[in-house]
Amino acid sequence: MPAVSKGDGMRGLAVFISDIRNCKSKEAEIKRINKELANIRSKFKGDKALDGYSKKKYVCKLLFIFLLGHDIDFGHMEAVNLLSSNKYTEKQIGYLFISVLVNSNSELIRLINNAIKNDLSSRNPTFMCLALHCIANVGSREMAEAFASEIPRILVAGDTMDSVKQSAALCLLRLYKTSPDLVLMGEWTSRVVHLLNDQHMGVVTAAISLITCLSQKNPDEFKTCVSLAVSRLSRIVSSASTDLQDYTYYFVPAPWLSCKLLRLLQCYPPPEDGAVKGRLVECLETILNKAQEPPKSKKVQHSNAKNAILFEAISLIIHYDSEPNLLVRACNQLGQFLQHRETNLRYLALESMCTLASSEFSHEAVKTHIETVINALKTERDVSVRQRAADLLYAMCDRSNAKQIVAEMLSYLETADYSIREEMVLKVAILAEKYAVDYSWYVDTILNLIRIAGDYVSEEVWYRVIQIVINRDDVQGYAAKTVFEALQAPACHENMVKVGGYILGEFGNLIAGDPRSSPLVQFNLLHSKFHLCSVPTRALLLSAYIKFINLFPETKATIQEVLRCDSQIRNSDVELQQRAVEYLKLSSIASTDVLATVLEEMPPFPERESSILAKLKKKKGPGAVSVTELEDSKREGGELNGGGDRGPDTSAMSASNAVSRHSVTSNLSYVFQSTPSPSADLLGIRSSAPAGTAPASAGNLLVDVFSEAGPAAPSAAVNDDGFLRFVCKNNGVLFENQLLQIGIKSEYRQNLGRMYLFYGNKTSVQFASFTTSVSCPGELQSHILSLNVQTKQVEPLVEGGAQIQQVLNIECLTDFSDAPLLNIKFRYGGALQNLTLKLPVTINKFFQPTEMSSHDFFQRWKQLSQPQQEAQKIFKANHSMDTEVLKAKLLGLGTALLDNVDPNPENYVCAGVIQTKGQQVGCLLRLEPNAQAQMYRLTLRCSKDSVSRRLCELLAEQF
Amino acid sequence: MQFMLLFSRQGKLRLQKWYVPLSDKERKKISRDLVQTILARKPKMCSFLEWRDLKIVYKRYASLYFCCAVEDQDNELITLEIIHRYVELLDKYFGSVCELDIIFNFEKAYFILDEFLLGGEAQETSKKNVLKAIEQADLLQEVSSFAVDRFSAH
Repeated sequence: MPAVSKGDGMRGLAVFISDIRNCKSKEAEIKRINKELANIRSKFKGDKALDGYSKKKYVCKLLFIFLLGHDIDFGHMEAVNLLSSNKYTEKQIGYLFISVLVNSNSELIRLINNAIKNDLSSRNPTFMCLALHCIANVGSREMAEAFASEIPRILVAGDTMDSVKQSAALCLLRLYKTSPDLVLMGEWTSRVVHLLNDQHMGVVTAAISLITCLSQKNPDEFKTCVSLAVSRLSRIVSSASTDLQDYTYYFVPAPWLSCKLLRLLQCYPPPEDGAVKGRLVECLETILNKAQEPPKSKKVQHSNAKNAILFEAISLIIHYDSEPNLLVRACNQLGQFLQHRETNLRYLALESMCTLASSEFSHEAVKTHIETVINALKTERDVSVRQRAADLLYAMCDRSNAKQIVAEMLSYLETADYSIREEMVLKVAILAEKYAVDYSWYVDTILNLIRIAGDYVSEEVWYRVIQIVINRDDVQGYAAKTVFEALQAPACHENMVKVGGYILGEFGNLIAGDPRSSPLVQFNLLHSKFHLCSVPTRALLLSAYIKFINLFPETKATIQEVLRCDSQIRNSDVELQQRAVEYLKLSSIASTDVLATVLEEMPPFPERESSILAKLKKKKGPGAVSVTELEDSKREGGELNGGGDRGPDTSAMSASNAVSRHSVTSNLSYVFQSTPSPSADLLGIRSSAPAGTAPASAGNLLVDVFSEAGPAAPSAAVNDDGFLRFVCKNNGVLFENQLLQIGIKSEYRQNLGRMYLFYGNKTSVQFASFTTSVSCPGELQSHILSLNVQTKQVEPLVEGGAQIQQVLNIECLTDFSDAPLLNIKFRYGGALQNLTLKLPVTINKFFQPTEMSSHDFFQRWKQLSQPQQEAQKIFKANHSMDTEVLKAKLLGLGTALLDNVDPNPENYVCAGVIQTKGQQVGCLLRLEPNAQAQMYRLTLRCSKDSVSRRLCELLAEQF
Repeated sequence: MQFMLLFSRQGKLRLQKWYVPLSDKERKKISRDLVQTILARKPKMCSFLEWRDLKIVYKRYASLYFCCAVEDQDNELITLEIIHRYVELLDKYFGSVCELDIIFNFEKAYFILDEFLLGGEAQETSKKNVLKAIEQADLLQEVSSFAVDRFSAH
């Protein structure tokens, strides 16, 4: 390449740039720029028409000024003029200016679009590319409107040059990202997918970005890309490092394309076709093998490109999460990288291992690296790497290593970077709660947390420890003793004072027997912190004091003295003053009985999901808390999970709330009506608004669980459970979570059915925009079950605690296998909830029982002897094999249970006719239990083979 | 990729390419924040960092920092090599490129980038093909300036 034509002789521009560079100060620069702007303006306005070259030069200067960070408000028209120049460089500068300084003036846009249109139809590939680059760079809605329909044509036309195709593909991608509604692939879909087969590697590289983006949005329409991608990948992976000529990068064949192919495959589940899958697994194995080969070059570019493919392959393996062998190999490979001398690789290995830790197949393998990861947390010099190490420790934590990991994280916290402390604190708090086997360890951990990083301990964390202590009486004494000791430190964090005040106020009596922590000692200790604390903490302490008066009558005089002093009773803060006045009055006029009732120990908090988990999730965004983790916390939460979302302060310490909670006589309660002051919110009476927000974020967690309702997602299985429970019964609870309960009652006659759905709002907050819809997936839609959803749409508002009802009318037209889906959407505390359930409408609901004699039964049995009419399954018993239970289930199925038919009295036979609108399907059933082996053999014979199969599937899950 | 920035050790922005619609104000703020963050990092540190909800991939070549912002699912290492390939392209075109080349021929730096990346995705990864496209353009420009000269001579 000739060291060319740099700047192609725009001398004026070079001089101007030099001038700017020589400016000694910002002011000098601005002065020089203003001078130039004035000059350009006068040239543009001048009478003399400018030639193309000058126009280009001035436009280029304006561009330079803009890129320096100054505003440019003219020159657009001159730039647009350059677009229609037939000199390439002038056109090019014009386009560059337009791309950088996008302008929304509609007249200009019209002119620009005209110029682009001309260039697109010029059939000059260089001009076409310039025009496409401009569209891709601007990517505005107006451009999408003008060109979105034209570009697919250019992309797939047989006579389009390769370079133009490349630009067209990415141009379309940009338009799709800004205006997906305007880019309609429709008829072009299959030809676009086949670009993956293009001979030109550059075309494939550009097209695959477009295909990946489109596949994410419309996976079904593009699913043929999977096999094409696999074969392309396989060809690249198996090619020698020189085969691909210039697409080989530092001895690595086509690294960019390989990564993109692997990325595209992550939009889909593993290929169903065995051959394709085999080929892909082979590719993945080859990539893993190559990682072990000696490098072909010492250059970092070689190893980066090779490892980029490796990491992308590992992502795909994790995405599939179905090949234990590959998962473990991936984990071992990452394990090697954990100790690599390249910081970048250590960072990526930690990051990637984090996702591996959540796979059941590789969780154990990840755990073996714990020492290395702990070491990374201690010794890595780069905070972003340490952050990854902390994330991984969190992800690999389970019951077996929780104490070690929590201890390491705590000790790291002492020196941790400020930027990651808050998150670390949350993580420690969550792990401590989730894996606590003994509560004293939990309490110690949280108090340590407050001691080490008190400033970063958010409200959620200290609320939580209090909730748990209140709910577990076996830890209360220990907690009281520990906070008492912690408070003795000369400088202790205010959060410690809050926890201490709360816990001693509730459970100080448990340690009062020891003279070293007698009531008065406790009180003096708390009160010694009082003056250093903020208003909310002081308010909390005042409540603790009134609790002390109840717990320890001997402290009454001392405490009343404190309440009575001017700094309390005349405090300028209205909340503190009011508390002092009210508590003083309460302690002097109320009898011990009334005091004891009003100031009774707090009742346990309702069991709910941990609020700190929600907080972490909110902080990190979706993905930070995996679905399994959520389920874990639900499962394991039972042990420790004591808490409400709102924190103890919501209802607890303020006596006024105690009043309302325990509904003490009304003539007393007026005393405690707190005035709504700004600080009241912080302490006692956090009313609807904040209470609404916390559960809303908990609600978000739920939404995420359900939004994964893909075929393989765990939530789908959960919904199936509900579904399968209704095969042999018609009434019950279909679904329940923390917010919503859905009950069902249904009745069927002949081929008609009616289902009543009851939606119950379990919260105290209104659900808004509540809508439901029933859809019939797949075959149902076309030929079956016309679910006459003559439902009136339900009311859009469901009040807290209310239940609403909906009726569905169902008609069975012909036999079916799929279930209709019920989709429910509503807003809860601002968060949109969306869930989809299978409605338990199964083919057996339309059974009419048929009584018949043994003779008739066997005669029909023989008539239905074609192989496809029979479906049989042998399966293990999942439920009790008790005769009465079995009979009840078989009757619930809707068939007639025939006695004295089967020669073996242990066996059950049933007969019935399924009524559909179009036809009747006779069904015979035989169930042979084997009590010894705890097995059943189920045989169905029906006049229609699809019915035999479906009934067999459904029933095999029931016994 | 969401954007690419080139800046000097002194924090001067030398090239900025945005692949997502952002207002001028936002662009300035982002550039300022990122330049500061990256310049504060020590030489041997990792080339990747989390920044807002993006992943930043950067590398220093002599006096210039090259910095790309990619999305969560994008591959960091391959992005690092995107940067390297771009540097190679500049180097080949200018013949041992230096910061001054990019300052004085900023428009060329943009043109080369457009041939290599479009809409934030790799358009052509072959060095030969990208340079061929630029060469052709230069050729066109010589021919046309030649034509102009001849025209004015008449």
